[in-house]
Amino acid sequence: MEAFLLQLAAGIATGGIYASVALAIVMIYQATHHVNFAQGEMATLSTFIALTMIQAGLPYWVAFAGTLVVSFVMGALVERLIMRPVQHAPILTHVGVYIGMLLIIGNMTGWVFGYTIQMFPSPFEGGKPMLGGLFSAHQLGSVAVTLAVLILVYLFFTKTSLGLAMRAAAYNPRSARLVGIRVDVMLALGWGLAAAIGSVAGMMVAPIVFLDPNMMLGILLYAFAGALLGGIDNPPGAVMGGFLVGVLENLAGAYVVGTDLKLTVALVIIIGVLVLKPSGLFGRVVFTRV
Amino acid sequence: MNALPARFLLVVVGLAAALAPLWALESFHLFQLTLAVIMSLAVLGLNIVTGYNGQISLGHGAFFAIGAYVTSILMAQADWSFYATLPFAAAICGMVGYAVGLPALRLGGLYLALVTFSLAVAVPQLLKHKALEAWTGGVQGLFLMKPDPPRWLTSVLPLNADQYMYLNVLIVSGICFLLAWNLIRGRIGRALMATRDHPTAAEAMGMDIAALKTGAFAVSAMITGVAGALSAVAVEFVAPDSFTFLLSITFFVGMVVGGVASILGSIFGGLFVLFVPNIAESISRAAPGVIYGMILIVFLFVLPEGFAGLVRRLLAKLSSPENPKPQ
Amino acid sequence: MLLEVKNLRAGYGPTQVLFGLDFAVAEGGVTALLGANGAGKTTTLRAVSGLIRPEGEVLLSGQRISGLMTESIARLGVAHVPDGRGTFMELTVEENFRLGAYTRRDPDVAADFARMWEWFPRLKQRWRQQAGTLSGGEQQMLAIARALLLRPKLLLLDEPSFGLAPLIVRDIFAILRRIREESGVGILLVEQNANLALDLADHAYLLETGRIVMSGPAAEIRQDEAIRRSYLGY
Repeated sequence: MEAFLLQLAAGIATGGIYASVALAIVMIYQATHHVNFAQGEMATLSTFIALTMIQAGLPYWVAFAGTLVVSFVMGALVERLIMRPVQHAPILTHVGVYIGMLLIIGNMTGWVFGYTIQMFPSPFEGGKPMLGGLFSAHQLGSVAVTLAVLILVYLFFTKTSLGLAMRAAAYNPRSARLVGIRVDVMLALGWGLAAAIGSVAGMMVAPIVFLDPNMMLGILLYAFAGALLGGIDNPPGAVMGGFLVGVLENLAGAYVVGTDLKLTVALVIIIGVLVLKPSGLFGRVVFTRV
Repeated sequence: MNALPARFLLVVVGLAAALAPLWALESFHLFQLTLAVIMSLAVLGLNIVTGYNGQISLGHGAFFAIGAYVTSILMAQADWSFYATLPFAAAICGMVGYAVGLPALRLGGLYLALVTFSLAVAVPQLLKHKALEAWTGGVQGLFLMKPDPPRWLTSVLPLNADQYMYLNVLIVSGICFLLAWNLIRGRIGRALMATRDHPTAAEAMGMDIAALKTGAFAVSAMITGVAGALSAVAVEFVAPDSFTFLLSITFFVGMVVGGVASILGSIFGGLFVLFVPNIAESISRAAPGVIYGMILIVFLFVLPEGFAGLVRRLLAKLSSPENPKPQ
Repeated sequence: MLLEVKNLRAGYGPTQVLFGLDFAVAEGGVTALLGANGAGKTTTLRAVSGLIRPEGEVLLSGQRISGLMTESIARLGVAHVPDGRGTFMELTVEENFRLGAYTRRDPDVAADFARMWEWFPRLKQRWRQQAGTLSGGEQQMLAIARALLLRPKLLLLDEPSFGLAPLIVRDIFAILRRIREESGVGILLVEQNANLALDLADHAYLLETGRIVMSGPAAEIRQDEAIRRSYLGY
């Protein structure tokens, strides 16, 4: 029983990270109807930047905040400079641009920061296992940080004017323009926010899996699975999907398929969802007009 | 100008250009060219399902891997001859392609890209799995040997194993390209493109969309799978880490840069993905991947129709009648 | 003049739809744009609000707005209720209201909300409901309320009667009459229902395949023999 609870707890902890990346993916999807395949690489780059700040002597939370800002700016710039010129291009071009970004950002990270695996500090060193021995200090801390970020984002979108404008621009750009919303600016802000959220996920997962340029690829897959499971047009659903995938992955890895095939679990979930219920557990079914 | 002599000339020139390297290039460059032709074949496969039929696949590396492993296993574990394995690899890949095509029917552009991308990421892990180790050789992989040229050929034309391999690859690819060209310019090709551009209209006109799309996947997987089989023997080695998601991305890049939905583009694309990374490395030893990605994005911004599109435009300009001078 | 349009040309890609229109809307006045399907009425409104880029001159209170971006034109006081109503379906009635007033920084927003509740009590009832669940008539009211919350100088209405039952249409036009009387907003009204439009408007233009073929005070147009036969049904 204890082993099961431990796996469950670990699943929730990693699920929180998947939920963050899933949220970033869904945010961009909602605004642009495109999936940012380079989300993982951007998060990894952010994490390396955080490490640089920490190694330069900055206290952890200052580096954390600094990374959020830098990531935000990076995301907004990517939207402005790379996404904007091709916004009316066919879908194949879009996928190509995302792949191009994946290559550029991923390789740039390796080039600038090297390919050796690095340690990334956790701000939650405690040593003592918490909550009845189920969570390590870092796991609990990262779940808390993830939840805090998600709650803040939720409040931003539902309670603030700017958040409302961003949602409006994502749902109905034409009507948003007609009420005076600068849709282009909203798009750049959305990308910036998604990049910042991704960087949080990176900083929370790096202490566990260690930091190297390929860190986020597997996580990206789980995040995709989570976003699809929850409904790719549904941010809270995607978050729940992320947690679910984390738990499923850990339990399946422990009891069903063995850790070697954990990525396959993500693949199976993705295929299963898209074949059985494409709108996800909580998403809306969309009908195409002829 | 009569089209027939021009076409004939083009074919002759093409054949000459294809065969010349046998004598013009030494071993290493010939090997590289061999791989480039294999890449072109793989990109052709991708073009059939993504370029001509609009179903975005970011996971064609999986079919390449299956083709490579089927051939390798049959040759290394069951001692089959290289030629016997080819139709087998093609058939198996075709079936897997069809199996992938079935659920793909329900998925639209981006979702399919996502699923196939996930497939590409999961492939190395699957290949390394212990259950298959007895056959696949696990992480260490399998070693193969290129076939030696048969006596009757060397008595007429002295070729070493590398040159013989190049010839084999050329012939197999040539056949595949010819079949694909025939398919595309006929009724089926038009149907594939109609399904891509106006799916609801195509369906309303009575086309069997499901059969077309799954068929496209099957044929596409077959061709890329054959390319994989060829590559296994050309390189004389297969291992799971040869087939990461970067391979699928490479095919995609080749298709886009060479020219989507273009036979000629597939050839350009194969050459591009093999030789440009080397060029990128000479530009920047430290970050060839960055240069590579930038080239891709520049192409997408500036030349979305790829090399083939550029060629098409140049040809159109050259053959258009000159404007009469104003009076 | 609130809105002056000179030699307006516009189209979609290679297809030209408007071939040089001249019309105007007076301060606080109601101008109707009549015509059959495909005449170019919706295109005209889109050209004024900036959803499509026009050639020619569009002046709002003397200031040139042709060539500006849609959101800039909206911020200058042009509220467009487009074809299809343009409601934010996934958002609540409340959120639609808040979006209508998004660009405003003045303290009268709360008072305007209250006025809209008075004019459209059903919207207040459905305050927290998703806009997509409202009936056709309620969505039209929501669209108009949202436009008015911009405190516009000019209101562009694209076929407010479209797809609505006659009783609801009557209510909507009663509200339009109220708008004309109680606020100083100028209205450019596109309608296929010529009767209703000519009842409300001061001035009217008739559009046929992208050209204005008749113009004049609404009362006169109403009496015109040809108009009566073709558009008024008697």
